Amino acid sequence: MSKPYLPDGLPVPNQDSIALPYWQGTRAGKLVIQKCGGCGKHQWGPEWVCHRCHSFDLGWAEVAPRGRIYSWQRPYHPVHGALTDHGPYLIVLVELPGADGIRMVGNLLGDPMQEVRIGAEVEAVFEPHDTADPPYTLVQWRMLG
Amino acid sequence: MTERSLRGKVAIAGIGETTYYKHGQSPDAEFKLALQAILNACHDAGIDPREVDGFASYGDDRSDGPRLAAALGIRELRFSNMHWGGGGGGVAAAVANAGAAVQSGMANCVIAFRSLAQGQFARYGRSRTGAAAMGDDAFLAPYGLMSPAQRFAMKITRFMTEHGIRHEALRAIAMASYHHAQNNPNAVMRGRPLSEEKYESSRWIIEPFHRLFDCCQENDGAGAVLVVPADRAKDLPQKPVYLLGAAQGGHHRSAAPVHNAPDYASAHFKTVAKNMWDMAKLGPKDCDVVQAYENFTGGVLLSLVEHGFVDPKTANEELVLENLLVSGGRMPMNTSGGNLAECYMHGLEMVNEAVRQLRGTAINQVPGADVVAVLGGPMVTPVSSLVVGTEATL
Repeated sequence: MSKPYLPDGLPVPNQDSIALPYWQGTRAGKLVIQKCGGCGKHQWGPEWVCHRCHSFDLGWAEVAPRGRIYSWQRPYHPVHGALTDHGPYLIVLVELPGADGIRMVGNLLGDPMQEVRIGAEVEAVFEPHDTADPPYTLVQWRMLG
Repeated sequence: MTERSLRGKVAIAGIGETTYYKHGQSPDAEFKLALQAILNACHDAGIDPREVDGFASYGDDRSDGPRLAAALGIRELRFSNMHWGGGGGGVAAAVANAGAAVQSGMANCVIAFRSLAQGQFARYGRSRTGAAAMGDDAFLAPYGLMSPAQRFAMKITRFMTEHGIRHEALRAIAMASYHHAQNNPNAVMRGRPLSEEKYESSRWIIEPFHRLFDCCQENDGAGAVLVVPADRAKDLPQKPVYLLGAAQGGHHRSAAPVHNAPDYASAHFKTVAKNMWDMAKLGPKDCDVVQAYENFTGGVLLSLVEHGFVDPKTANEELVLENLLVSGGRMPMNTSGGNLAECYMHGLEMVNEAVRQLRGTAINQVPGADVVAVLGGPMVTPVSSLVVGTEATL
């Protein structure tokens, strides 16, 4: 198994009940996003109510693990002890055209100094953290093609 | 129907501040700093502090109203108000809430304030996320996205890329604040001017648009203003500074989780600015001075655009240092040094400076200033802004 993109010691995601299907999906290598049973639209992050139709009948659906870079940043300053002396890394905001344009935050894998272009096509990469308790999997992104 | 408005109904009668310190350098506790600023504002207004009957703050200020009232021996507390939202998004809202309380008759004499001692308490620029990231943070912190700078950076990347705005525009915003701070004895960055070379050689906090000097300081201190009905202000020693317009809030789903605000590359002022100008019956061209909250210079750009001070198409030409200075600038901005170079008092220092400009007592005085806009902390939500004026503007 390859190393995670960022060093150990960063906060681990709490798998809140509202988001559990997402976390279960990522463990199975699937991108599963909240989808309204009332109007059929996706929303992200998870909410208790659909912001469009106010239905509480919120289900989950697997979506294509593909997106477009909507924006990006390359932090240098270590904001957390685990990042001290780590150097720059890339965070991307990815828009998912296959899921009503919802956006997700992740890291862009590969050279942290690579040129990043808004609009570039990316695909999801599932990054397991198997030794964490409980284990979890992060959704990361890499350039397509 | 009677027009519902605060325009000209209430006034700032007193301003107060403490010595401003680098973060962690205050010899005094945060609560004591709050008391000092409040007493200074009362003294400035010529009002007995026991007459204060309300407190309004923002940013989860720890010096709460009832405790202040007890410490100061306030006779009767009639208004105790905290505005939701972190940082300085609520600076203008706190003043406006004080004004609304006074105008509605809920209170007579209300302090709007902010107090911060980051040595005593935590800093903002380091993660305060625990070992487990909860709620929204679960989808952000594991990717190394934790600080305010990081929360806003991608809005700025998107906006500047989309509109072809160059980093030199942000450099001019930073340099204007530092330039004005050099004359200000209470400015933390007095004696440390910022040149183009110093800016360009400063370290990256975040690429592509956050060098060190694009980011605010963190400081210790407190600031306060005293808000009273306009009629009362006329009988007090200081020249009244009238609230002409104020608004707070955010556009459609500006607080959507995990960076999903539909209009993302925004300071979230689009509806707020319109509401403020509507109340003031004024526009950006009527302002003599602008105080624009800098958490990050990119946020100032967005804020100026959304309030109509700058057109994104010509931002590269408009945002040059000469245009932003008191001496000859078309849009004098952050005239006491702002958050970047006077003090990061979450914008309260900018309200005080707006008042000094209208009294004609500012260190870097814009001659004959009649209207000043204060644009609160951008990119958070809710945001707020206000415009104040002299009697001539009523």
